[in-house]
Amino acid sequence: MDLAWSALGLSLKVAGWATVLNLVLGVGVGFLLARVSFPGRDLLDTVLTLPMVMPPTVLGYYLLVILGRRGWLGSWLQDTFGIHLIFTWQGAVIAATIVAFPLVFKPARAAFEVVDGQLEQAARVLGVTEVGVFFRVTLPLAWRGILAGVLLAFARALGEFGATLMVAGSIPGKTQTLSVAVYEAVQAGQDEVANTLVLITSVVCIVVLMTAGRLAPGRIANR
Amino acid sequence: MELDIDIRKTLRSGKRSFHLDVRLHSTSQRIVIYGPSGSGKSLTLKAVAGLMRPDSGHIRLGGTTLFDGRAGINLPPQARKVAYLFQDYALFPHLTVRQNIGFGLADGWINPSVNQRHEAVDYWLGTFHLDHLAHQFPDELSGGQRQRTALARALVARPQALLLDEPFAALDPALRVRMRAELDELQRRLEVPMVLITHDEDDVTALGDHVHCLHDGQVADAKTAGLVELPHEVAAGA
Repeated sequence: MDLAWSALGLSLKVAGWATVLNLVLGVGVGFLLARVSFPGRDLLDTVLTLPMVMPPTVLGYYLLVILGRRGWLGSWLQDTFGIHLIFTWQGAVIAATIVAFPLVFKPARAAFEVVDGQLEQAARVLGVTEVGVFFRVTLPLAWRGILAGVLLAFARALGEFGATLMVAGSIPGKTQTLSVAVYEAVQAGQDEVANTLVLITSVVCIVVLMTAGRLAPGRIANR
Repeated sequence: MELDIDIRKTLRSGKRSFHLDVRLHSTSQRIVIYGPSGSGKSLTLKAVAGLMRPDSGHIRLGGTTLFDGRAGINLPPQARKVAYLFQDYALFPHLTVRQNIGFGLADGWINPSVNQRHEAVDYWLGTFHLDHLAHQFPDELSGGQRQRTALARALVARPQALLLDEPFAALDPALRVRMRAELDELQRRLEVPMVLITHDEDDVTALGDHVHCLHDGQVADAKTAGLVELPHEVAAGA
């Protein structure tokens, strides 16, 4: 049982960090794609959406190639900072972040695109700086759409299996998340452990989805 | 207040293009720019507010150069000290009436809190009889209340000039007459210079001391612009 709770704790930690990272990155990229027109914008959108359709194991393999000891980023991190990400929970965070990223930036871009530009103009004429316009008008009006995406991303990160296993492995108490622990328990014939883990995962996912549903745009007046 | 506009702008959408070429000069406190829809009057007003950058020319308001294509001057809207009343008011839907009015008074990255008191905000809430609505949201207001809120938000920072984009178009006829009278009285009391654009002849009659007419992107005589009856005290521009 201790294993189940430590797996849940690790899953929540990994999914939590992945969600925070995605909140910052997804909102930033979503805003950029919604507002700035540049050559290659559609291509960038497509590439960033890839994690939604590619098998997580393929993503995990890419990450191994890039972040591994011989990868260009992995060897640089190792030489410069002594950081090694493979088989660590931080590695699992990166895997979960990338897999869940499209679930944040896609709705964020859509939410920013429907914010009435006239309201931003009104704020500018009232003397508010561009940063102020973003935090006081644009973001509050797009917030509901963004938040629904963020919660879905949290649920997706919580359930991440393929890429996480490739990058972080399955070290009990260190990198073994809930979904990986379920797999290991079934493989080892520990049905009781598997049942507990599955139940915990299901309850957490149902709670997240119900919360996301309540926040979806259109359900409540935009305020 | 002296207003000197001399701007050109070409807009393209698909195969169609629109050329704006406006020259007008006025020292009146109550300027009205009259023209049918698509005449370029909205673009002209946006250029004064800094919401549209002309291709060339200059805009001067009360001795300050707001835009000068040749000198490379283009003040951002934040620095122009003008107030802009949008046609459908552009009230912030996520903020209360009090927060909307106080919006421009708060610096920084966060909106004024729901309960924040500010003398100027209280003054305008009282002047426009909005006290009892201070905690309502814009979608809970009537058309007239929305316009008063938008006017209060525009005036609270003591702008150098008040720019009004078809201010009465969104109101029903009876209310239009009343709000027109209110604006007339308010402008005289505050002595704030006003530039109003409209396609409603009644606005011209009631509020225009100096009327300019636009047609198809250019300054035109009253007849071309479709202004049938010129009030006797009005001197038509160009």
